Amino acid sequence: MKNSFLMRNPSILIFLGLLALFTLAVTLMSEATGAGLISTSFVKTLGKTLCLCLIAIAMDLVWGYTGILSLGHFAFFGLGGYMIGMWLMYERTRQIVETSLANAEIPPTAQEVVDAIGSQIFGVVGSSDFPAVWAFADSLTMQLVLVVAVPGVLALVFGWLAFRSRVTGVYLSILTQAMTLALALYLFQNDSGLRGNNGLSGLQNLPGADAIPQSVVSIWFFWASALALGLSYILAAFIVSGKFGSVIRGIRDDEARVRFLGYSVEGYKLFIFVITAMISGIAGALYYPQAGIINPAEIAPIASIYLAVWVAIGGRGRLYGAVIGAAVVSLVSTWFTGGQVPDLPLGGYTLKWVDWWQVLLGLSFVLVTLFAPKGIGGLIDLLDGIRSPNRHGAALGPDSGSLQEREARE
Amino acid sequence: MSTLLEVSGVSVSFDGFRAINNLSFQIGPAEMRAIIGPNGAGKTTFMDIVTGKTRPDEGRVIWGEKSISLLKMSEARIAREGVGRKFQRPTVFEDQSVHDNLLMALKNDRAPWSVLFFKPKFKDLARVEELASEIGLSSELSRKSGELSHGQKQWLEIGMLLAQEPRLLLVDEPAAGMTLSEREHTTDILVEAAKTRAVVVVEHDMEFVRRLNCKVTVLHEGSVLAEGSLDHVTQNQDVIDVYLGR
Ligand SMILES: Nc1ncnc2c1ncn2[C@@H]1O[C@H](COP(=O)(O)OP(=O)(O)OP(=O)(O)O)[C@@H](O)[C@H]1O
Ligand SMILES: [Mg+2]
Repeated sequence: MKNSFLMRNPSILIFLGLLALFTLAVTLMSEATGAGLISTSFVKTLGKTLCLCLIAIAMDLVWGYTGILSLGHFAFFGLGGYMIGMWLMYERTRQIVETSLANAEIPPTAQEVVDAIGSQIFGVVGSSDFPAVWAFADSLTMQLVLVVAVPGVLALVFGWLAFRSRVTGVYLSILTQAMTLALALYLFQNDSGLRGNNGLSGLQNLPGADAIPQSVVSIWFFWASALALGLSYILAAFIVSGKFGSVIRGIRDDEARVRFLGYSVEGYKLFIFVITAMISGIAGALYYPQAGIINPAEIAPIASIYLAVWVAIGGRGRLYGAVIGAAVVSLVSTWFTGGQVPDLPLGGYTLKWVDWWQVLLGLSFVLVTLFAPKGIGGLIDLLDGIRSPNRHGAALGPDSGSLQEREARE
Repeated sequence: MSTLLEVSGVSVSFDGFRAINNLSFQIGPAEMRAIIGPNGAGKTTFMDIVTGKTRPDEGRVIWGEKSISLLKMSEARIAREGVGRKFQRPTVFEDQSVHDNLLMALKNDRAPWSVLFFKPKFKDLARVEELASEIGLSSELSRKSGELSHGQKQWLEIGMLLAQEPRLLLVDEPAAGMTLSEREHTTDILVEAAKTRAVVVVEHDMEFVRRLNCKVTVLHEGSVLAEGSLDHVTQNQDVIDVYLGR
């Protein structure tokens, strides 16, 4: 079965092959394991990019395949980051506190240690008590479970309420934006228990690994991100390739029809919503240790909108399109906003790319939507000789998320 | 004769307009019935009520030997109970192949988890082939259904309906856009299906209805105007006035 699944989806093997080659190349060029041609900070950028590709796959599943334009998946991404960040911060602070207290004449009690950790972590928000949400912060296993459980449960509750009341189309998108906004605003508060707008920091330092240089840690995270991306790609391809894929694409194009075939549309939507929230949580948990810091601004509603833009530019409804879109746009964006691009003197006005990059991105989004709805992934179709069916300009279904003719392929 | 579906005293209003007015209707487990009536008579709305798309303001819809009410059930649940429906406008999944359309409709477990791990067995594939040849689409199995002609889409939708193996088929204007010979083939399939299950056909084309050779219900302004053989209803003065005379 495994064999025939891969046989039927040659793009999986191609993708995994390219990912393996890329990982190998970066490993051979990194400072820790190779020739040192690329800096540690660039290895981190590449590792973070892989995490963004991972959440783009989730977005493609939920939007490109199921037609739910969720503009809230970065909330799940951020929650995943917070969950792993809590353990990283707690454990590292504990080690620092224990080392410093070890010199005291009277050995500290367990409570004293906990209090000291608390005042270290929560001093910035004028508190020293551990809020209830930190109950499991001392356990890596528990926090790893929470990386998928917290986004999963939030998606389950939100999705159950929204899908059951048949909220669809633009109303659902607005609702998901409201969800992210509410979460971000909540986290911004100092008494949210997650250090308000300070967020969690120092996440790049692995507890107990002070002796290991960042160059090595960065390549570990890079490998972990590549592995997660590869596995999720296989999982996503498995979900969309069989009859389940037929059903969700049916929901995207005409959900009423799927209902009259006897499928419970709400159940399928909920399944996809929850599983993609979990994938997003994992992506976030791998991303933020590479970024070093997470704060509520990361969950801002605009982040989730960008995600939709990446997937649209890459080409929705094909998994490699989402990956290409996220990789290209986020890397180009790093390049432009990093100030490496020379300013463009235009007579009286100097075009600063740091400021104008957003405009350029918005413009390319509009251009892609208008002239190349298949996105960059469509170029691969071109190479592959895949033609679009001629449907005389009609959409492929009555629902607002349905695939448009120009996105379709034979 | 036992009844499979019993609709009694059903009314529906849209913004004060009574689309269905105290309608009653019965059909047995292996019976063919044609519904005719002028545009806006409520024929499609009647199907919406039975399939759970529209909830009636009052009345009862009773189903099967156990006489359960369909009114509380979701559309998907009603479909799983054995009510299959073909829409007036052909609705197939245009982005997917004819084969995938039929496979999706095939009677199998509909729960997400079992669908995720579903692998078509030999009998499923054989059934898809069989249905495809029945609806004349054997050579189109791998084509995207969006590329089919209007008539072929109608066929495909009928094929999907049969694949569901429903106990009651609700068929809304199946012959629209079909050539004469295609219409004859459609009649054959429906007549064949009605030997083992209940079939309700809405159709404007009198020749088509005549070939079905079954009891006819005439709807007008949301309620039953006349019922009986085609010859009987076509001689009814009310029917001539509101429908045939125009
Ligand atoms: N969702 C709705 N909202 C408002 N009015 C509706 C709705 N559905 C149907 N109607 C109205 O109810 C009446 C019955 O419509 P219905 O579609 O059932 O007619 P029909 O008998 O199928 O006609 P046709 O032969 O044209 O298909 C029409 O006047 C229609 O405008
Ligand atoms: Mg109608």
